[in-house]
Amino acid sequence: MLNTKRSATSKWLLYTVVTLGFIAVITPFVWMVLGSVKPEGELLRVPPTWWPEKVTFDNYRELFSKGIFPRSFFNSTLIAVVVTTANIAFCSMVGYALAKLSFRGKKLVFGLVMGTLMIPGMVTLVPLFVLVANLGLVDTYPGLMLPFLVTPFGVFLMRQFIIELPDDLLDAGRIDGASELRIFRQIILPLCGPGVATLGILTFLSSWNSFLWPLVVAQTQEHYTLPVALALFSKNQQVTPNYGLLLAGATVVVVPVLIVFLIFQRRFIEGIATTGIK
Amino acid sequence: MLLFVVFTAGPVLSSLYMSFTDIRSRDLRSPFAVGFVGFENYAHVLADDTFRQTAFNTAYFVIIGVPLTLGIALASALALDKGITKFRTLFRVGYYTPVVTSIVAVAVVWRFLLREDVGLVNNVLAVFGVQGPDWLGSTTWAMPSLIVMASWRNFGTAMIIFLAGLQSVPVMLQEAAAIDGASAWQRFRHITLPLLRPTMLFVMVTTVIGYLQFFEEPFVMTAGGPLGTTTSMSMFTYQQFGFGNYGFASAAAYVLFVVIVCLSAMQFRFFKSNT
Repeated sequence: MLNTKRSATSKWLLYTVVTLGFIAVITPFVWMVLGSVKPEGELLRVPPTWWPEKVTFDNYRELFSKGIFPRSFFNSTLIAVVVTTANIAFCSMVGYALAKLSFRGKKLVFGLVMGTLMIPGMVTLVPLFVLVANLGLVDTYPGLMLPFLVTPFGVFLMRQFIIELPDDLLDAGRIDGASELRIFRQIILPLCGPGVATLGILTFLSSWNSFLWPLVVAQTQEHYTLPVALALFSKNQQVTPNYGLLLAGATVVVVPVLIVFLIFQRRFIEGIATTGIK
Repeated sequence: MLLFVVFTAGPVLSSLYMSFTDIRSRDLRSPFAVGFVGFENYAHVLADDTFRQTAFNTAYFVIIGVPLTLGIALASALALDKGITKFRTLFRVGYYTPVVTSIVAVAVVWRFLLREDVGLVNNVLAVFGVQGPDWLGSTTWAMPSLIVMASWRNFGTAMIIFLAGLQSVPVMLQEAAAIDGASAWQRFRHITLPLLRPTMLFVMVTTVIGYLQFFEEPFVMTAGGPLGTTTSMSMFTYQQFGFGNYGFASAAAYVLFVVIVCLSAMQFRFFKSNT
């Protein structure tokens, strides 16, 4: 192997650099969590304290006692769960149809999916909003969720996954007289475990983190999602920000996602590496 | 499928149509009163000074941000692929972490880190005797700050894809070159890099597309300021949309879209012709 030839010093140097980089990448998160439990006075001290001298949960208490955060937390969770479930159900169906069935216009449909995969969210923002407004869904849960129940990314991911499954299995099912729906439910879906898991995790995260659409559609605090609540909260505090509260808010947004990520990190990173899209 | 057509494909076409009309928010109730104005919106968008400034800001962000992000990503991928054997998973997960977190949340945190007086960044600099500026309040430093933050948040994706690409570089080739006396740099330059070309293309195109649309960072951290130096094209579109100028906003969005398509096509060309 090549790397055995490398001298001990250069190896040591490499580890140092990589570790420093690691610290640089992680620090903002550590700082966020530590800062969120410091009292405001300590937070604004120069030079800053690293470890909190006095741990307080006042920021969290304030965040969750009054204001919009509890509601936003609920909204974000609800939307993420519904959107993820719908994507798993619908994208795997469409993916199956595109991967294994033959029907007229299949190429066109697939082309359409791939085409829209490339189109930036900003382009569709205005007409999508007009459409949702015409349906009377502005500032409602359906308005927040509908556009994301089937995503081109999800369809693409599931198609790529299902197309790898051997045709023989399906044919065996057909010979035994199973309907397409039954083949899908009892042969395809059980084999799709890893694909579904990847899709589920990625969808959950993108829904939880999504910002532009909820910002536009949710117009009263009742329907704010966490990122929207946090962004508007921070915007209102441009002049004299209460950083303790802001850091606590950021922690509430980030930590659930971090937990999901750390549990599923292997699947996650594989998913990114194979599809190449986050 | 129906959902998909209605909510994804439909809006693409209707936004194209809207960009040619004078539609405004009050027209929502009477869609037939909308007048067709041809390319007028586009002419206005392109002549708009604010739009030009946002186009410049976006270009600045992409031209500096993309190489920086890809550079960090490639360097860390190379380090994790060959040199590092212990704790590799730990480093990989750590480097990737920012990608999964909400941009809004990390932007809030970074706004605090970059504060002039109590921010961590300036206090670390002070240890080395450097007096840091008011990063986000300075017309010179606000954009570089956003670029560094964006690179920090996004390089993990590119790194993972590079790592996957590096797996496909055969060790045998490397060894053969090493036996022939090629230095580490020569091996990288003449073996690894050419073989990484398809990966590079993919990562570059997706990063450019993502960066051209940057929005949350300035929205949370600078509100587009100071003096509009960090307002992106996406923010411009969003603001016009907020003012109710739907046709105008659609036209601005389409200009951005055309830029994205052209740049992507150019990158494909460039990389194809070089292989």
